[in-house]
Amino acid sequence: MERLLREHTLKSEPENVFDILEERRRGSDISHALRTFSAQPYRGATPLSVSALNRMVQESQYLRYVISEIAVESGEPHECVKEEAVSILEEMSQNLQLSFIRLMGFALTKVFKRLFSSIRVNEDGLARLQQAIQEHPVILMPNHRSYIDFLVLSYIMFTYDLSIPVIAAGIPLMGMSLIGEILRRSGAFFIRRAIGSDKLYWAVLSEYVRTIVRTGFAPLEFYVEGLRSRTLKSLKPKLGMMQMVLEPFFKGEVYDITLVPISISYDRVLEESLLAHELLGVPKPRETTRGLLKARRVLEENYGCMHVYFGKPVSVRELAKGRIHRGQYNLIPRDLLLKLSVELQEFVSDVAHLLVQLQERDLVLSPWTLMALILLQNPDGVEWNTFTHKTLRLRTLAAQLGARIDWPAQLLDSEVMLSSMALHHSVAHFENGHVRLVEEAGPGPVTQEEAVFRRASAVLMCASYRNQALHVFTRPALVAVAMTSAPSYSKDDVFSRFCFLQDLLANEFIFMPGHAAQDFEEGCSGLLRCGALSICDHGLRVIEEEQDTIVFLSAVLKPFIETYQIVFRVLCEETFQTFTEKRFVPDVRAAIMKLFLSGEVRSYECLSSDTQKNALSALVRMGAVSKSRVAEQFEYRVNHSAVRRIWDTLDGSVTSKVPLYSRL
Amino acid sequence: MASNTDVSERQRSAQQRLRIIAGHLQKREENEHTALSAQECKAETSKSNAAKVPKRRQEVMKWNGWGYSDSRFFFNKKGQAEFTGKRYRLSGLILPSLKDWFEGTFGANLQHKTPATASLNVSAVPPPNLNEVFVEELKAAGVALSTDPEDRVFRSHGHCLHEIFALREGRIGRIPDLVVWPSCHDDVVKIVELACKHSVCLIPYGGGTSVSSALECPPEETRSIVSVDTSQMNRILWIDEKNLTAHVEAGIIGQDLERQLNESGYCTGHEPDSMEFSSLGGWVATRASGMKKNIYGNIEDLVVHIKMVTPRGVIEKSCQGPRMSTGPDIHHFIMGSEGTLGVVTEVTMKIRPVPEYQKYGSIVFPNFQQGVACLREVAKQRCAPASIRLMDNEQFQFGHALKPQVSSIFTSFLDGLKKFYITKFKGFDPHHLCVATLLFEGDREKVLQHEKQVYDIAAKFGGLAAGEDNGQRGYMLTFVIAYLRDLGMDYYVIGESFETSVPWDRVLDLCRNVKERIVRECKERGVQFPPLSTCRVTQTYDAGACVYFYFAFNYRGLSDPIHVYEQVEHAAREEILANAGSLSHHHGVGKLRKEWMRETVSSVGLGMLKSVKDYLDPNNIFGNRNLL
Ligand SMILES: Cc1cc2nc3c(=O)[nH]c(=O)nc-3n(C[C@H](O)[C@H](O)[C@H](O)COP(=O)(O)OP(=O)(O)OC[C@H]3O[C@@H](n4cnc5c(N)ncnc54)[C@H](O)[C@@H]3O)c2cc1C
Repeated sequence: MERLLREHTLKSEPENVFDILEERRRGSDISHALRTFSAQPYRGATPLSVSALNRMVQESQYLRYVISEIAVESGEPHECVKEEAVSILEEMSQNLQLSFIRLMGFALTKVFKRLFSSIRVNEDGLARLQQAIQEHPVILMPNHRSYIDFLVLSYIMFTYDLSIPVIAAGIPLMGMSLIGEILRRSGAFFIRRAIGSDKLYWAVLSEYVRTIVRTGFAPLEFYVEGLRSRTLKSLKPKLGMMQMVLEPFFKGEVYDITLVPISISYDRVLEESLLAHELLGVPKPRETTRGLLKARRVLEENYGCMHVYFGKPVSVRELAKGRIHRGQYNLIPRDLLLKLSVELQEFVSDVAHLLVQLQERDLVLSPWTLMALILLQNPDGVEWNTFTHKTLRLRTLAAQLGARIDWPAQLLDSEVMLSSMALHHSVAHFENGHVRLVEEAGPGPVTQEEAVFRRASAVLMCASYRNQALHVFTRPALVAVAMTSAPSYSKDDVFSRFCFLQDLLANEFIFMPGHAAQDFEEGCSGLLRCGALSICDHGLRVIEEEQDTIVFLSAVLKPFIETYQIVFRVLCEETFQTFTEKRFVPDVRAAIMKLFLSGEVRSYECLSSDTQKNALSALVRMGAVSKSRVAEQFEYRVNHSAVRRIWDTLDGSVTSKVPLYSRL
Repeated sequence: MASNTDVSERQRSAQQRLRIIAGHLQKREENEHTALSAQECKAETSKSNAAKVPKRRQEVMKWNGWGYSDSRFFFNKKGQAEFTGKRYRLSGLILPSLKDWFEGTFGANLQHKTPATASLNVSAVPPPNLNEVFVEELKAAGVALSTDPEDRVFRSHGHCLHEIFALREGRIGRIPDLVVWPSCHDDVVKIVELACKHSVCLIPYGGGTSVSSALECPPEETRSIVSVDTSQMNRILWIDEKNLTAHVEAGIIGQDLERQLNESGYCTGHEPDSMEFSSLGGWVATRASGMKKNIYGNIEDLVVHIKMVTPRGVIEKSCQGPRMSTGPDIHHFIMGSEGTLGVVTEVTMKIRPVPEYQKYGSIVFPNFQQGVACLREVAKQRCAPASIRLMDNEQFQFGHALKPQVSSIFTSFLDGLKKFYITKFKGFDPHHLCVATLLFEGDREKVLQHEKQVYDIAAKFGGLAAGEDNGQRGYMLTFVIAYLRDLGMDYYVIGESFETSVPWDRVLDLCRNVKERIVRECKERGVQFPPLSTCRVTQTYDAGACVYFYFAFNYRGLSDPIHVYEQVEHAAREEILANAGSLSHHHGVGKLRKEWMRETVSSVGLGMLKSVKDYLDPNNIFGNRNLL
C-alpha cells in the first residue's frame, strides 16, 4: 500500500484531459441519448437479469443460514423471517434499464450544459477503466461532494460505451417518490442508514452486494466515505460496504477485484450555501422531490467546471499479496455468517483509507481553492496585489507537494484569478483594490448572534473550498506544527509530537491507521522538496530563508487546532459533565457563542459543528470521554482531568518557538 | 458345462475389453529380451508368457521422453502431424488439424525447432561411486545388477518437465551408481540387509512414471546410491477365486497385471492413466488413483494385504480380514510412503470378474458451471458411472485438434457435434460449451438403466447426450496425450499437468482462479504468448472432486524457461492451497511439493511421520528424501 501511495506522489505526469460537454454542445442531445450503446462487459460475467440476480440472492445458502438462525433466535416463524428478507431485498434492489439511462442521459445533458461550462475528464483514465472492466469485477469509488454527481459516472460511462454501474445510494433518495424510481431504474440500490445492528438487513444487503461483485453483474459504485461531505473535506471511510465488496476476493469467489478511485471536484459547488448552514447547525432540508424542485433557482447560476478524474485501477489481489491468508476459509463453509478475522478487518480498513487517499491525490484543484486558503488567512480582506502574490506562491508550494492544479496556462494569472472571483461572486467580492468575503444579506437589523452566524456562514463557505486542498498540506503541516512545538528538533522529539497531533486529528484528516511513520516521512520529504527543511544526523533543521513556509504550513492547521482547544475548554466547564449526543452540538454552539460575544474567541471556523464533533470523537478515542448507550441514545461522560491533560499537551504544542500567526 | 461357457464368455468379453480399454495396444510385440537373473526365486506363477518390462528398458522406451521408442508425434514434410508406430489406434495416422491448433494456441512455429540431443552421451555420465564390498556381496547373493551408464541414467528420473527437459539437453545430474533387479521378495530382503550393513542409499524404482521428483537422486547424497528396479518381480503369485483376491509381486506394471488377470476372466479395475508403465508397488507407494475408482476404488480400497521390506525388517499383517480395528491401519503408513520406508514386495489385491458390458458416452454442456453442477448432482445421488470426467472448453477444442484424417470413430468432437449443433445445440456457444465423457460398466441391463439415470440428471443442467464415440475417443486420447509433450518440446513449447482435490463448493472458484493465476504469472514473467491453461474434473467423491490442470507455454525469448515454468507452477500450487485445494490427490509429494507438507498436515502431523521414519529407517537407507 505504501508502494502505491509513494508511486503516486512521484508520478503526476500530465494526462490528456478533455471536456465531455463540448461534443454535446455541438451535437444533438436526443441522438446522444439514443446512441447505440455497446459496452465490453467483464469477460467472466454470468449474464443475469435483474430478477435472476435477486433470486440468486434470495436462494443463497448464506441467507438460508441467516434466516434460520434469526428464526431460532427470535422465535418468529421461519416463513415470516423469510418474507421480511424478501421485502428488504425488494426495497433495496436496483432495476437497471438501459432505456432509463438514455432518459437520464437526455435530462442530464440539458442540466449539465446549463450548470457547467465544462465537465473535464481524463481520457487515459477512461481507457484504463475500459480495460479494467473487462478483466475483473470493478468497483467505482468516487468521492461525493454534491448531489449532482450522483449519476455523473453513469452518464460518462454511457457516453463512452462502458458498462453502466449499479450504485449504492442512501434511502432518503428513494423517499423522493418519482425520483427514487427513476434512480432505481438508472441502477441505484438503496441502503438504510445505521444498519449495523439489524442482522437480517445486514445479511440481505451484504449478500446482494457480494452477488453483484461475484457474478460481475455490473460495475458497482459506492461512496466509501458513506455520505456527501458537508465540508468538502474527505470523510473517514465507512467500512461496512468496503468489507462486503472485498469478501468475494477473500473467499476466492473471484480472482481479483479492481478498485477505481475517482476524484470529483467542482470549481463551484451547487450546495455551497447549504453546506455552511448545515455546518452551523441549521437543519438541512429533507431530500424531497419538492426540495429539489425548489432548488431550481440553483439552475440559473454558472458553476464553472466539474472535474472527474478516473484514478489508476487498484488490484485487490496486489494489495493482499503477502498480507492476507485466503486459506483461512478452507476449514469452514464460506456461507456461514462469520465475523471477519482481525487480519481481514485491518485489511478492509487499510484499503478503504488507501482509496480515500488516492481520491485525494487525484483531486483536481481549481485556482479558487488556493485563493480561498489565502482569503481565510486574511479575514479582514486583502489587497489585490498581495492576494495575487500570495496565491501564486501558494500555487508553487502546492505543486511542489504534488497537487493537481487546473490553472489555465494560456491565460494571464490575474485573468485566471479574476475569473475565479467572478465565478465565486457569492463568496468574495473585489472592491477598491481589496478582496473581501461576502456576507449574506439578510432582512433588517440583526442581533449580535445573527451577525456572528452570518459572518461564520461566509467563512465556512469559503473554508469548504479551502478544504478541498487541505490534503496537499496536511502531512508537511503536521510536521511543521510538531517542529514548532517539540522540545527539540531531534527526529524522535518531532516525531512523537507529530504522532500526538496526528492521533488527535485523526477524524479531521485521512490517515491510514498504524502508518504514522510513513506519514511522517512523507511530511518531511514534502518539506524537503519545497526547500523548507534539511535533515542531518541530529535531526531536522529549518532552512532560514524558508522559515515562512513552515509558518504558513502551521497556519493551515490553525483553525482546526483552535477549534479543538475551544471545544476542550468548553467541555471542561461543569455543565458538560454528562450530555447526550443530541445536546452536544447546540450546547457547544451556545457556549462558544458566549465566548464569541465576550470576545474571547475570534475564529469563526470554531462554529463548524463538524470540527466540534471530530474533537469529541478524538476525546472518545483517546479515552477522555466515554460514550455509552442509554435508552435509545448515546450519552457522553467527560473525564475533566483527562481532557485537561490533552488540552495542555495540545497547548504545549502550539506555544511555539516560531510565531504561529505570521502568514505567507 | 455352464461354467465352461461362462469362462469362455468371460474370456471373450475380456478380449473385447482389452481391445477397447487397453485398445491402444494394437499389436503387442513379444519381447524377446529375457531377464538374465542368476537365480529364479521359487514361487508358483500363473502361466503367462506375455511381454514383461525388460531390464534394458531403453531398448523399448525413450530415454529422454515419454513412452515407447517407436511411438511419437512429429510434423511431416507437409506440416501435418503424424503419430508413428503400430501400438495405438492413432498410430500411423495423420492429424491434419493439430498444426493449426498448435500454432494458434501457443504462437509456435514449425520453423522454430528445439530438437533433443539424439542419444545419450555416455562420456558425460559421471562414473559410479560404488561401495565395492556391497557390490561383491550382492553378486555373491546372486542379485542381478548393472553399472551401465544408460541403465543408471534411465533410473535417475521420473517424468516431471524439468527432468525430461534436462535429458533432452543432455544434462545429467546426480544419478544412481548402481541398478539392481531383485526377482522376488527374498532378493529384496538381502539387498536391504546389505545396504544397511554397508551404508548404501536405496531408491526403489517401479515404473518410473513419477511426476513429483520422487525418483530424483538427492544431489547432496554422498553414499553410493542404488536404484532398486522392481520390474523383474512381476508375477501373479496366486488368484483366490473364492475371496476374489490376487497376490501379486509389486513390480508388475498395470497393463501386464490387467492382461494376465483378464486371461482368467478377472481384473483389478485399477487404471491410472499411466497404467502402461506404472507398477503396483509404485501405486502403493504414491497412493495412486485409477480412472474407474467409482466402481473399483482407489489403491487404498483395493489393497487387502501388503508386504514391505524395511531396514527394521519385514512389515505385514497376519491375516486378510476385510476390515480390522487393530489400532491405526499400518497399511496407511506404507501407502504414500514414496519409497522412504522400504520396498513394497508383494500385495494382495481385490479382483473382480471382467464386466459383461461397457459403454462409453458423452454429454455436452452449455458451459463449465453447468457441467460441474451436473457432476455434483451425480455425486450426490451416488450414481457416478465407472468414470466421469468433465473437460473445460479449451480441452474440448483440443479434442478437435486431434482428429485424424481418416477414421470412422475418430470424427472430431466438433464434426460429430455439427449435426447436433444445427438441430439440438442451438444457443450453445462453442467458446463456452464443455464436454463430459462417461464410461459405464457392469451387466448390460444395469448399464442401460444407469446410463438413463445419468443422462436424465444431465438434462436438468442443460446437458445433451453427444454420443458414444466422443466419449470413447476422449478416453483413448488419454494415453497419447502424454506423448504430445515431447512434440511440444521439439518446438519451444513446454508443459506439465498437476492435480488437486477440493470440496464441491470450491471447484469452480478453484478452477477459475488457478487458470487465471497461470495466465497472469506467465505474463508477468515475460512469456510472450498466452499459455494454455486448462482443466478438467476427473473424479467425483461424496464431498468433493479431483481437478486436473494442464499448463503449457511457448518459451521463445526466455533465457531460463524451466525456472519460469517452476515459478508459475509454484504460484499455481499456492493458488490451489489458498482455494481450499489439497496438495495432491494422487501424484504425491515427492520432493516437488515437500515445502508445503508442514502446512498441509500440521507440525504435529509431520512429527508423527518423522517418528515412523526414524523408527523404521534410522540411518536413512531409503534416502530419496521425499515427503519429509
Ligand atoms: C502420463 C502420466 C499419467 C499418470 N496418471 C496417473 C493416474 O491416473 N493416477 C495416478 O495415481 N498417478 C498417475 N500418474 C503418476 C504416476 O504414474 C503414479 O504416481 C504411479 O503410482 C507411480 O508408479 P511407478 O511404478 O511409476 O513408480 P515410480 O515412478 O517408479 O516411483 C514413484 C515413487 O514410489 C516409490 N516406489 C516405487 N515402487 C516402489 C516399491 N515397490 N516400494 C516402495 N516404493 C516404491 C519410488 O521410490 C518413488 O518414490 C501419472 C503419471 C504420468 C507420467
